[in-house]
Amino acid sequence: MLRTWRQRITLTDIVVWAIGVAIGAVIIIGTIATLRSGKYSANTWLDLTVKGLALGGVYALIAMGYTLVYGILRMINFAHSEVFMSGPFTAVFLANALSRSGFMDRQPLIGMLLVLALSIAVSMTIAVLLERIAYRPLRHAPRLVPLITAIGASFFLQYVFRGLYGSGFQAYAIPKVLQGSITIGGLRIFNTQIAVILGALGMMFALYAIVQWTKTGKAMRAVSEDKEAAALMGIDVDRIISLTFALGGISAGAAGILYALLFPVVNFIMGFIPGLKAFTAAVLGGIGNVPGAFLGAMILGLIESIGPNLFLDGLGVPTPSQLKDAIAFTILVFILIFRPTGILGERMAQSKA
Amino acid sequence: MAEVLVSKKLTKRFGGLEALSRIDLEVQENSIQSIIGPNGAGKTTFFNCVTGFYTPEEGEIFFYTHNLTGLSPDRVTKLGVARTYQNIRLFKNMTVVENILVGMHPHMKAGLIQGILRDRATRREEQESLEEARRLLRFVGLRGRGDMMAMNLPYGEQRRLEIARAVASRPKLLLLDEPTAGMNPSETQDMVHFIRRLRDELGITILLIEHQMRVVMNISELITVLDFGEKIAEGTPAQIQKDTRVIEAYLGRGAASGLGQQQSALAG
Amino acid sequence: MHTKSISPWKEAVQAGLIAGAIAVLLNLVGMTTAFSGRYIVSGWFTMGQVLFLVPMFILAYTTARKIAPQPAMHTALAGLVCGVIGSAVQAGLVLLGQVVNLRAMFINASPQLFEILTFGRDLPGLLLLLLAGSIMGVVGAVIFLLPERLAKSVLQALLWILLLGLLRDLVSTVTAQWVIKTKAFPDWLGWAGVLITSLSTFINKTIYSASGLKPLSAIVLFLLVGAWAYWRYGRPKRARITGPLTRRQQTQRVLGLGGIALLFILLPSILGIFFAEILDNVGLYILMGLGLNIVVGFAGLLDLGYVAFYAIGAYAMGVLTSPELGFFNLTFWEALPFALLATVIAGVILGLPILKMRGDYLAIVTLGFGEIVRLLALSDWLRPWLGGTQGIQRIGQPTIGSIILDSQQDLYYLFLAAIGIVAFIAWRLKDSRIGRAWMAIREDEDVAMAMGINHVATKLLAFATGALFSGLAGTIFAAKLHSVYPHSMNFLVSINVLSLIIIGGMGSIPGVFVGAFVLIAAPDLLREFAEYRYLAYGALLVAMMLTRPEGLWPEERRRLELHEEEGEVPLGEPPPVLNTPGG
Repeated sequence: MLRTWRQRITLTDIVVWAIGVAIGAVIIIGTIATLRSGKYSANTWLDLTVKGLALGGVYALIAMGYTLVYGILRMINFAHSEVFMSGPFTAVFLANALSRSGFMDRQPLIGMLLVLALSIAVSMTIAVLLERIAYRPLRHAPRLVPLITAIGASFFLQYVFRGLYGSGFQAYAIPKVLQGSITIGGLRIFNTQIAVILGALGMMFALYAIVQWTKTGKAMRAVSEDKEAAALMGIDVDRIISLTFALGGISAGAAGILYALLFPVVNFIMGFIPGLKAFTAAVLGGIGNVPGAFLGAMILGLIESIGPNLFLDGLGVPTPSQLKDAIAFTILVFILIFRPTGILGERMAQSKA
Repeated sequence: MAEVLVSKKLTKRFGGLEALSRIDLEVQENSIQSIIGPNGAGKTTFFNCVTGFYTPEEGEIFFYTHNLTGLSPDRVTKLGVARTYQNIRLFKNMTVVENILVGMHPHMKAGLIQGILRDRATRREEQESLEEARRLLRFVGLRGRGDMMAMNLPYGEQRRLEIARAVASRPKLLLLDEPTAGMNPSETQDMVHFIRRLRDELGITILLIEHQMRVVMNISELITVLDFGEKIAEGTPAQIQKDTRVIEAYLGRGAASGLGQQQSALAG
Repeated sequence: MHTKSISPWKEAVQAGLIAGAIAVLLNLVGMTTAFSGRYIVSGWFTMGQVLFLVPMFILAYTTARKIAPQPAMHTALAGLVCGVIGSAVQAGLVLLGQVVNLRAMFINASPQLFEILTFGRDLPGLLLLLLAGSIMGVVGAVIFLLPERLAKSVLQALLWILLLGLLRDLVSTVTAQWVIKTKAFPDWLGWAGVLITSLSTFINKTIYSASGLKPLSAIVLFLLVGAWAYWRYGRPKRARITGPLTRRQQTQRVLGLGGIALLFILLPSILGIFFAEILDNVGLYILMGLGLNIVVGFAGLLDLGYVAFYAIGAYAMGVLTSPELGFFNLTFWEALPFALLATVIAGVILGLPILKMRGDYLAIVTLGFGEIVRLLALSDWLRPWLGGTQGIQRIGQPTIGSIILDSQQDLYYLFLAAIGIVAFIAWRLKDSRIGRAWMAIREDEDVAMAMGINHVATKLLAFATGALFSGLAGTIFAAKLHSVYPHSMNFLVSINVLSLIIIGGMGSIPGVFVGAFVLIAAPDLLREFAEYRYLAYGALLVAMMLTRPEGLWPEERRRLELHEEEGEVPLGEPPPVLNTPGG
């Protein structure tokens, strides 16, 4: 106890805590005011919860890419949002062609799987090429260098895809089976939401199984602990890093299709905001930690869908949903300040010596 | 004689592992002392605790009358403790002189505004610091190297620059982490001589971590031996060379019988 | 030593495929088509053709370097293989386009593209494509075989031809308005008018044609530039380190700086009104670049939310001066100190908590902060104060006496004055105690702390100084447009600034100027390019980090140790070591 006193309380800490307390107070007061006003029914909140879970599922899959790569290279793959965008932005052409020809309605499952496969293939290819061309030569460079490269790659990819497929929004044709909704006890749930939640859970479980139980997964964990030692044990480090990027790409490609089910338009900047949010989710859960990414994403999804109404409506903020992204980013800033290791994380944002 | 540095029951843990456990250590003013021990014994961890990079879980460190425990590295340095690193850590993309000028940072005063206006006092301060840096360069034998990028220096000179940079902060206590690592015998001899001069001519108390036994036995007035985070022996070079626990730590338990051999091994 | 044996033919085939892939990408993103109207050498070839042929050239050159040493014949053949394969891949694209409707997916796979790729001769044109590709490959490989000095001169001359060809419109517009200006010359300057008019005629009629260079002048220029480069490469290279200068060098330096200053002052007159807007833009980005250079270049803090401070400066100016909101109704100059204070406070408040973080986390947090500021400015919640999506109009304009600085040209001088001040500050700080502390933190934060540098306070100084300069740019920007909109405060602004300082050279003050002129002026001057601006920035950032992380104009270090009379001790012989008299 005495020890902590000796570490002087600095101005920094005071400012940080002051801001933290202020925001905490706003959240609590806002929540109480909103709940008191009784403006929203329980069903609305449940509705928003389902929406949040679906969103969280998508974020979780994108966050996998950040978390796996960070775990193994200690690097934020800034271009991961474009890995995410590339898949659905390409697959939309297949999806629409299949819809037009009627194949999607006749064989919705096969059709969806084809679209999913294409999206995954494209995202995976982009992720692997990115690592091979842009990151691998810089593995021993100072930390800022790969990060700047990643930012450059991100913009390059965005505008390459804009050049290839155009700058407009492409509507994504949702198969008929997934249109519509079911009602359980007065609560209306869209079919797409169910598909997204189930799909995300399935993918997450598969990825977790790969990382946890396969030989490759063990090699990945070994490389993330200590590259030199892993190499000495006969692990091909380059191959494992490539595989990690591939895995991140696969989950991003799948996430892309699920995202397109929730928001059925795609374009070249669709990756930026979800990418940033997924990164937030990864950090929230503890970057480098697979279950953490899932947990963080679910929490973020819920906060994003419920938060604006719950926290801000009672304070008389008009159209609070405009601020949902601002809330998500505020969370990002504050986790990084107060608990950079995240909820489940062990990795340190600030290490000493 | 006064104690420069005193650590009392210093303990540092990483997870479940005790990297240092209850280390008591005293460094006398104007002495040259060494810490030795096998790899992973906690020597560098001890340095990191002293210089404020780690906060120990238990115990305290005093520097003269100042309690260093929990202070940030910059404050420790300002009090008069400087250090070098096992793997040389220079400011690679700065020139040799600039490296030394950074070392003088705590003694200079110019802030942001003075830096912009460059008034008379600031100009004089810069000029004086530059003169001192040049003197220091001559002292460590780097005369004529001042305008090279630090990363372009040969290995041995990088080591000396690192020490010069530490000396530039006018320390009363200098912690050297394996100053002769990777040096050939004649360079090592030079370094030993140089460390003595730091003490004799500049009056800096020196605590060093060293692996080369020849250096340790030659230079130290007092040696502390660490093994698995514990202090297992302390004494003059002659005492340490005879200590069976030290020999065991270095050569393994079974080896304690053939004492003569190990003594020669320890003597380097 | 185990060396990987390189099979030259495998390398050549691989290079050809890569070249083909790059060219197909350039074709499909539409760059080839966009640049097909821009002749480099009139009647000979366009920029579009350069784009789809140059990959073969470059890859043949790099392959030749990779497989060296090889007999000359083999090198040339490898180049040929690379060129043929590269163009064959593109020919494949054309053929595919005949069978499948590529355009359903790739919007730029238009008939026009295929026409360009076949040189307007339908399918037989594919043979021409193959021929052109193989020539490119062979030439690329053969240039490598030339002596290095000659090869470098040829490459440089080729680059200059490309550049001069691209700049045709700029040069002709500028010279045309020179001629107009001569009409206003007094009689006694008549001779100058004649000189300028004939120079303009010479440039526009003899060197350039209506589009691109004239073939003959292109050849002459190629030889001239080549010869000049050849001569220059023969001279010993000057070290990139500046030191205490001799009297003569000092005079030269003062004259040089004065000349540059004069050039900047005269620039609007030289270039004409048409370019004033572009110059303002460049000025704005130089101002921001100088500020971010302190944060990123000096202190090594990757700030991706730099636009936030720019927005705060602009909005503060808006809130303080706009009669529309009617809060304060200050004038520009009255509001300026408050607006700047607001940005510094914002910088400190954001900086305090986040500066404990390391590089990459810092980048993301600042990015998040930038987005938060933009979203708040956009929101209905703050609409009464910040105007929401409509922004703020009727922002006060700077005045000097009774003159309102509102023309683009006046604002240019305002920017110039601000740049002068900020560049001076940056230059002074670079070699000060604080500047060295910043660089020490950039190089190794832990060690910097162990040197007695308080890392949070020092980083905070850099962050706040950067914020101040960004805010200054924001206030002038607001005054320039008379208004601010949340949409002009997006992430791309931060990326523009970041790109320009990295490409110019991190930590280098002249680098900021170079970067701004290259990155900001180029897309404005070449309209076709504007579309591909961020694609090019991204590619440039990656290429720069991979090959030349120090940038176009690398940071210079000052020489501090040596007096004029002393010499540097050569590295071979170690200097007297330890028995020199102590200090």
